[in-house]
Amino acid sequence: MVPQTLRGFYELEKALIDLQGITKSFDGEVILDDLNLSILENSFVTLLGPSGCGKTTTLRIIGGFEKPDKGRVFFEGKDITNVPPNKRQLNTVFQKYALFPHMNIADNIAFGLRIKKKPENYIRDKIKYALKLVNLDGYENRSVESLSGGQQQRIAIARAIVNEPRLLLLDEPLGALDLKLRQEMQYELIRLKNELGITFIYVTHDQEEALTMSDYVVVMNQGYIQQAGTPEQIYNEPENAFVADFIGDSNIVPGVMLKDRLVRIFGADFHCVDSGFGENKPVDVVIRPEDVEILPPDDPKGILHGRMSHIIFKGEMYEMECTSSDGFEWLIHSTEMHEPGKEVALYVKPSNIQIMNKPASEDEEAIGVEE
Amino acid sequence: MKSKGTRYLALPYIVWMCGFIVIPLLLVLYYGLTDRSGTFTFDNVRKIMLAENFRPLYLAMGLSAVSTLLCFLIAFPLALILRSRKVGKGSFVAFLFILPMWMNSLLRILAWQTLLERKGVINGILSSLHLPEQHLINTPAAIVLGMVYDFLPFMILPIYNTLIKIDDNTINAAYDLGAGFRETLLRIILPLSVPGIVSGVTMVFVPTLTTFAISNMLGGGKVFLIGNVIEQEFMLNSNWNLGSGLSLILMVFIIMSMALLSRYDNGEDAIL
Ligand SMILES: Nc1ncnc2c1ncn2[C@@H]1O[C@H](COP(=O)(O)OP(=O)(O)OP(=O)(O)O)[C@@H](O)[C@H]1O
Ligand SMILES: [Mg+2]
Repeated sequence: MVPQTLRGFYELEKALIDLQGITKSFDGEVILDDLNLSILENSFVTLLGPSGCGKTTTLRIIGGFEKPDKGRVFFEGKDITNVPPNKRQLNTVFQKYALFPHMNIADNIAFGLRIKKKPENYIRDKIKYALKLVNLDGYENRSVESLSGGQQQRIAIARAIVNEPRLLLLDEPLGALDLKLRQEMQYELIRLKNELGITFIYVTHDQEEALTMSDYVVVMNQGYIQQAGTPEQIYNEPENAFVADFIGDSNIVPGVMLKDRLVRIFGADFHCVDSGFGENKPVDVVIRPEDVEILPPDDPKGILHGRMSHIIFKGEMYEMECTSSDGFEWLIHSTEMHEPGKEVALYVKPSNIQIMNKPASEDEEAIGVEE
Repeated sequence: MKSKGTRYLALPYIVWMCGFIVIPLLLVLYYGLTDRSGTFTFDNVRKIMLAENFRPLYLAMGLSAVSTLLCFLIAFPLALILRSRKVGKGSFVAFLFILPMWMNSLLRILAWQTLLERKGVINGILSSLHLPEQHLINTPAAIVLGMVYDFLPFMILPIYNTLIKIDDNTINAAYDLGAGFRETLLRIILPLSVPGIVSGVTMVFVPTLTTFAISNMLGGGKVFLIGNVIEQEFMLNSNWNLGSGLSLILMVFIIMSMALLSRYDNGEDAIL
């Protein structure tokens, strides 16, 4: 399967950033391999993937801090591959804030504007405005080290946005924050994006964050784009086992596509909505834990039979496991409680069954699921 | 748990300090403020006003200021280059610059003496090329050369140490916000390396101001620095009182310049 790009989604619209055939190696090890990605103006795009998959490297190439070995970077159709970072119309919020420790907050925020020789009263207004935007009014004269991690993060964002960039690159900006502050900042960032009309490219390895915040999610693994699409597409229609496994919890089971709209899993036949896979074709089947329905064992709707084996209370729901007669442990999320030991029948709606091709070659197996 | 014993752990150190720092200092103070018969006087200190003592002080300050400046101008770019290297290669280059520090400094100056002498290596090469011989040794320039050569590592090392502590992304952030190399250097890198510059300047300025060995060997008794004057009073004229009096003056100058420097160290961006 060829890694898909976002190109298909916006053929009619203008791309702000266009990465074409980006390849990058460090010490002979290929980190990015022929990466293609278009990013539409005014969108919130998230690069999502496990640690070390090349997200930061991609961002650094867009920011100009790293040169690709092969491929071109286009900004509004202009080739900027060889343009230095200080001449690019974008700003970066670095993974560890990178505020200037010898300057106070006001001077940090003013840095970009002073470089551009803006008048001092304009700068003063901008600082005030930016501090208000990130909810830190009155912090002008504070020193960098007197701020908490979350506050420093917001200053880093303020320092970037006063320059009114067309594009803001954010590298795991919320990585160091606790859950509550994280959620607050997520809302703040979305608000900023809507208020300022800036295009965001956001890097994270937190799939929940990616799904909540973005217009488009780009799932990466080992230097390849595995899938790109809206959060709904990524979640509901994962294109391969890696994406299904990485995005949320899921049951990934081997199956055989008997014919269009009928798949056999563990000897039982499930109706589904996918077609075009051919007849008697081995496939991977993805079923989300919240889509497995638990029925009484004698319910005629039930397709598979099993015995409840495990239960954890998770607050908003119960996370349970059910061992079906062939030994597979199904992960099930439900608000109803079913005691371990109980005999049950399982049912899945046809529209909740997602069929994927098995990786065709060994090479694609290598970019697939990692345990 | 603080036992009584721990209080006495510092004792050897305190004894050492008293024996080899405090007592000698008090002795200098005593000799400097008395005459031969032991009566209190300011005469020794006041003799700095004599031209024969004042000029060497003046010259020493000038030469060591020039040497310190030259050391800084050479060391800072070098330290920057060292910083930008990858660790493996960088450490070898750093090693090359630190290597001379392991060699006796007098030995290194002696090497320069042989190079610069009237019949030395450089003039030997010049005359074999039928070029006119140069008057190299026994000039202030030769002394500055010796000072810079001798103390350059002491400038590079502290600056390099502060430079490698600057996060790459702090510098990248400056570029990202539109700053070119010059602006990044002046507004970010230089202010952040002030602590290293201050200790580098201290480690070069103080020893070059007080040296008499370098001026003896490369000045041939023709260029007289305050260190030479003090040495002469102690060793040649056996006038410990005058030698101590002049040392006190020199100490005051050093303390004053250190106080001036420490102001920059605190208000870090004051240097701009
Ligand atoms: N300057 C470099 N020199 C050598 N290897 C590098 C360099 N920068 C990145 N790499 C390697 O490239 C790979 C991808 O790095 P990258 O920082 O892009 O990952 P990431 O997706 O941002 O991961 P994380 O989520 O942990 O930040 C890693 O294996 C890393 O070791
Ligand atoms: Mg990263």
